[in-house]
Parts: sequence; C-alpha cells; structure tokens
Amino acid sequence: MVNKRIDEPTGTETVGHEWDGIEELDTPMPRWWLWTLYLTIVWGIVYVILYPAWPLVDKATEGVLGWSSRGELAKEMSAVDQARVTVREELSRIPIERLPENSGLFAQAVAGGRSAFQVHCSQCHGSGAAGSQTLGYPNLNDDDWLWGGDLKAIEYTLVNGIRSPGVDDTRASVMPPFEGAFEAAQLNALVDHTLSLSGKGSRNALGAQTYEDNCSVCHGLAGEGNRELGAPRLNDAIWLYGSSREQIRQQILNPKMGRMPHWSGRLDPVTIKMLSAYVWSLGGGEEFVEVADDPTVEVDEEP
Amino acid sequence: MKNRDPGRASSARPRREGENRDWSVVVEDGRAKTNEPVSGAVAEPEATTLRHEPHEPPRQQLPTKLFEKRTKVHNKRIDGPFRRFKWFVMFVTLAIYYGTPWIRWDRGPYAPDQAVLVDLANRRFYMFGIEIWPHEFYYVAGLLIMAALGLFLVTSAVGRAWCGYACPQTVWTDLFQHIDRFVDGDRNARMKLDAAPLGPKKIAKRTFKYTIYLVISFWTGGAWIMYFADAPTLVRDFWAGEAASAAYITVAILTLTTFTLGGFMREQVCIYMCPWPRIQTAMMDEKSLLVTYKDWRGEPRGSVKKAKKDPEKFGDCIDCLQCVAVCPTGIDIREGPQVGCITCALCIDACDKVMAEVGRPRGLIDYATLEDCEKEANGEATRPPWKALLRPRTIAYFLIWGSIGLAMLFALGVRSHVGLSVTPDRNPPYILMSDGSVRNSYTLKLRNMESRPREMEIELQGLPGAVMWTDTIGREAAGRMQIKTVPTDQVLAVRAYVIVPEGADTQEFSFRVTSRDEQRESVVTEARFDTPEGSE
Repeated sequence: MVNKRIDEPTGTETVGHEWDGIEELDTPMPRWWLWTLYLTIVWGIVYVILYPAWPLVDKATEGVLGWSSRGELAKEMSAVDQARVTVREELSRIPIERLPENSGLFAQAVAGGRSAFQVHCSQCHGSGAAGSQTLGYPNLNDDDWLWGGDLKAIEYTLVNGIRSPGVDDTRASVMPPFEGAFEAAQLNALVDHTLSLSGKGSRNALGAQTYEDNCSVCHGLAGEGNRELGAPRLNDAIWLYGSSREQIRQQILNPKMGRMPHWSGRLDPVTIKMLSAYVWSLGGGEEFVEVADDPTVEVDEEP
Repeated sequence: MKNRDPGRASSARPRREGENRDWSVVVEDGRAKTNEPVSGAVAEPEATTLRHEPHEPPRQQLPTKLFEKRTKVHNKRIDGPFRRFKWFVMFVTLAIYYGTPWIRWDRGPYAPDQAVLVDLANRRFYMFGIEIWPHEFYYVAGLLIMAALGLFLVTSAVGRAWCGYACPQTVWTDLFQHIDRFVDGDRNARMKLDAAPLGPKKIAKRTFKYTIYLVISFWTGGAWIMYFADAPTLVRDFWAGEAASAAYITVAILTLTTFTLGGFMREQVCIYMCPWPRIQTAMMDEKSLLVTYKDWRGEPRGSVKKAKKDPEKFGDCIDCLQCVAVCPTGIDIREGPQVGCITCALCIDACDKVMAEVGRPRGLIDYATLEDCEKEANGEATRPPWKALLRPRTIAYFLIWGSIGLAMLFALGVRSHVGLSVTPDRNPPYILMSDGSVRNSYTLKLRNMESRPREMEIELQGLPGAVMWTDTIGREAAGRMQIKTVPTDQVLAVRAYVIVPEGADTQEFSFRVTSRDEQRESVVTEARFDTPEGSE
C-alpha cells in the first residue's frame, strides 16, 4: 500500500498512505527541534554519569559526584550548627543567674528554649506552657511556683526532675494520704478551713485545729506553703488540682502528686539553660535573690 | 475592508491629478492597493490610517513569502532641531541613569547617605528625602500607576513621543548607532563594509566596535546594581570579587541584554517584541500629534529635473529617499502612519533640509494631527500643533495623573513615623495569678521610622485598674505607662504583660504609643483583654 510520491506544491515527500483521499506530508522535523532532542539525550547521559540515576535493589547508582539529597541535608544542618556554635559556647560559659544581664544572649536563649520546649515539654505543659488543671500539669506562665521560680531553681528542677525515680537529687516529697483519718464532720471542717485561707470558705475552730495538727507542718499555718518541700501555697487563687470542695476532699484523702522526668543526660546543659530561660521569661519568673551576694562567680573562666 | 467607491474617490481627488500616472490596483493581503494617494484629504476618514503603495511602478505580483527578512538599518547622520532635541534627551536620560546612584544625601549617622537606594537587604527604599518601608509599598504602586497614566497622557497628546525620544531601547539604540558611525563611518561606508568580505581590516573594525558595545553594555549593567547598594562600596567590592553573587549575575544578564537588544536587535524590538506600540495605536486618534507625510502635497513624486520639465504633473516630494536614509527603524514614512514609526522626527529634519535646498516650503513631513492634515489638504485653516495638546482627553489624563501625585505627596506629608501593632497571646488567652488577678500577654511591635533613636511611651487606655510591665523590667515596676527606646529606623518587639485585679470582665481596651520628642507623634491600636469571667 505504500505509495510514496512527491507532493507538487510543497515539493515534500508524502508518507505513502491515503485515507479517503487525504495524504500526509512527511515533513522533516525542524532543525532546532532535532538539536534540542540531541541535546536532551546528551544531557541525560551526562546526568546519569554524574548523579544517582538507576534504581537498584536497595539503593540507586551513586554517580561520579557522589551527590545525595541526604548528604545535602546533612551539610545544611551542620552549617546551621556551625552558626550556632558561638551562641552555645557563650551560653555554656555564663552562669545562669547572670544570663539576664546579657540581653542579646538572653534573647537567643529564650528563642532556643522556645523551640526546645515545643519538642520536649509541650506534651504535658502544653504548647503555650499553660499546663492542664484536669491532668495536674502546672501552668508555667503564672507567678506560683511549687519548687521556686528563679532561674537557678528552674534549672535545678529541669536537671533533676520532680519525684523522678533513680535520681538522687530529684525534688521529692510525699503528702500522706488521710484516707480514714478524719470523721466526716472533721473533714468538712478542714475543707472549709482550707478554703478560708484564700477567703473562699468560713473559718471554724475544728477545721483550724485539724489543719494545725495535720497540715501546717508542710503547708504553713497561714497556708503559705513551703518550696523546700514542694508544698503548694493554699492561700492563693491558684489550685493545681481544682478548688471545688470535692476536689479538695479528694486531694486530702488520696493526694495526687505530680512527677516530672529529669533531663540531665537526655538534654545537654546548654539546652537545659535555654529551657530555663524560656520558662523564666514567660512572665512569672522571679529574681534570683542571691546574685548580688555572690560576686565571686567567675564569668570569664576559659572552658 | 470595503472597497472604495472609485467615482467618489475620483471626484474628491485633489488639485494635482496625475493623469499619466499608473493607477492600476494590486491586491496585497486581501486589500486593494494603488498608487492613488490615500489620506483624509481625498477619501473616507478611515483612509487616513491606510497605507498606500510606495513603490513606483506598483508591484506586479502577489508576495508569496510569509516571513519578512530583516533588512539592516544603516541610518544616515542628520542634523536639525529634532536631532538636537534627541541629543539633549539622550544626554539627560543617560546622565540620570548612570549618575543618580552617585548622588549623596545626608540622612544622619544611622541611615545610608545615598540619595536613591533600594535597600533590599534591610527592606527600605530611599528616594532623596523620602524613606519608604515595605508596608508602604502602595507608594511604589502609586508611582507605577502614575508612570502608566503618564504614558497615556503623553501618547494622547503627542503620540509616540516616549518611543521616539525617551524609551531606553531608543536611547541605547541611538547610542549604539552613533558608535557604528564613529567606528565604521556613515551610511554608505557601513553598507559597503557590511558587503565587503571578511578581511583583516573588517575584523579589526568589528572587534573594535564590539569592544565598545561591550564596555557600554557592561557599564549599563553595572550602573543598575548601584541602585541596590551603597555605590562606592559596591564598586570596590565588585572589583575585589567580594560582592554578592546576585550582583555579578545581574550585571552579566544586563550586559548581555544591552549588548543584544541595543547592539543587534534594535528596531526589531520596537516592531516585533514591544507591546507598547500596539497599545499606543489603540490610544491614538485623529487628534493625536504624529509624524506624518503630507501626501496631497508630495504626490506624485518626481525628481527635480522631471518636475522642472512638467511642473503640473509632480508634487513636492522629489523622491530623494533622505527620509528613509535617516530613519533609525528603516521605514518609509511616506507609506503613512505605521507601527514601525517611533516618531523620532529625524525624517522631518532630513526633509526640511532637502526642501530648503530645492527651494520649497518646509514641512512636507511634519508633526501634525490627521484631522489637521485633512483640513490642510482641503485648503482650510489649521491650528498650530501645540494646540493639539489642549483637548478634553489630555486634560482629563493630566488631572487624574496630577491628583494621584498630589494625593501621594499629601499622604507622604501627613504620614506618621511611629507605628504600633499588637499581637495578643492566644495560648493561653489569660493567666490566673496567685493573688487572683488576671494577666494577659501581648507582643507589641513599636515602629520608629525616623533616622534617630526615639523614646516612646506605651500607655494603657481603658481597662480600669490595669497595670503593665514588660519582659525587660520586673512586675514591681508595673504601671499604666512604660517607656522604651526604639532604635533608629527599626521595629522593636516588646513583650507586654497587662494585669487587672480580680473580678474584671473580658473587655476591649487600647494601647497608645507616643514619641517623647517635639513631634509627639502618636498612634492607638485596639486590643482585647480576656478573663475567665467572659464578656459582660
């Protein structure tokens, strides 16, 4: 059926087929198009030689340049780390109570702490560090601190944890359960007295007596708490486990006590310092009172 | 295209009727073309925009090629009022382009001293006494709108004056054409050299010419980057190899584009690449000034000798082709208004010179509106060209253009140089403090747009009983007002803690920032205070 001929008006050969009288011209490709095709072929060969190209069973061919996207990422990561080195070195050298004096470094530490907080702390304390009353995780934005709210105390808590098993220096204390210790009326009076410390309930003699006998050792006579023992203030507006009568009763009879893991060994000291600075900066941070009394700190010590 | 009525055309034919002339019709692109003069003077109004056959004798066969091969333009040197004006515009525009980055402007110790600077790295745009921040980009948008309207204004008033005198493509093409003339000689010498075989002399001349092209192109690309950094520093860094790679890439690209567009493509850019001529053709009408050939006066063409023999038969055009020879885009203006004409008016200079030599009145090719051309052809009185500028359309464009400019100047004059944005913390929305009071946290951004550090006071408005402190001072220093020093020409982020006593409702209030200097510039931004009580 092939019937090639030269088309008169154009002078081009036909492809030799005819469909209902319609013939197709066998016009050659434009030269530029062909050159582009050849160029892409050359480019393809060069690419296959230089870069990873052929997929094999567990990986692809490596290519002469040895380039890989993972390698590229590693390079970028190390470049970022390099850029951070100076800040981290400075941070490791400065004692934490002196950090606020260096506002630039402090801002860097807060920024680093913010991102570390999202990774390591937000699971319990929340991404805004507001904690959770239902689950008993304290709010870190307020001015109420169970174990102390200056930079050093916060850092100590982070390093050693709270009631963290297997850590010698962990913050530890136990509130004994008073299940079965009180009669119903006595317990009611005690709850009333506890609420009255922050002006919410009525004072009564029985409750005051019970409180003095059983609670004031740790929580203080006026409910002012004790940070040495992590005994919460009872005369303020913040109730970690709730301020309803039922919640207070539950807490007396069968107390909940929070735990926090220690971070030494899991996070490096600089990251812990940055986290401390961040938590301190949330708005409730307390001044470190001893900083003025302790001028012997060697700031310029070489590492 | 409707065919013209031959009877009507002949009855309207003007004074000189070339009886011996060949009036045969040639069909080209589906349109009948003759040697008959076509203009508003002799035909329907639309005929003013028709091209008429320039060739004598007319073409005999249909053109079969769809591709128009480029014929290189070798424009001849000419002198005259328009050429001098073109020199002047070229000098001014090039001086502005190359010189502006080197103008200094003292802004005090905290800001760059370059008069015009687009500081991309710091996101500032300096223009003499004006400094624009990114959030004020609408000023730049306004400038662009003004530039567009300015082009409309110029086009409706004086036609394609932009194309003819001020367009960078025109200016640089002109510059490169002068280089051609300087190296290779005038029109005839250049044509001869082009046709000559490649020999040592031609190679030497070409090398020399392209070197000059390259130097100009490089200088053009180099001048561009000066607008984006401190010029003297950048020049030093550039040659020391320390400038940013973007600088080298930009210079390379602009050198290449200047070299090709100005050195080689030239009028091809105007005719085929640039959209502006097409837009302009839609914006011009019979009242716009343009460079036009008064064909009723010039046609039929004949040499001086022929005209002497038979003065009744020929028009003023002696067919010397000087108008074609001087044209930088290589067109024949006698074909009528056309997209290739950039209205540089060099043909007017050329024709006036020839008319003076042969003792005929000037202005066979002249700036005129098509309306006036028609009047002139019919022997009616015409207005001077400058009167063509004053008509409702141009005045309307000018008023719009001017009012945008005035509005921007006014806005610039009264704008505040302080700013405040408030971002409340939403996680958590409020914090209960141990004494029962409620705290909200806000990130305030204080903007100081002056070239000096400024003390600013942040003040609470509304929110009874509230006090505020910031991240750099303690709660013991809390008060209704805090003072911060905002560094020069920067935004200072301040964490503000606002606390209200127990029992407050969620409510609206506002922060007011006031500069503590003689200006006392002030700005108020609203915010919301959240409490556990909810809103009233």
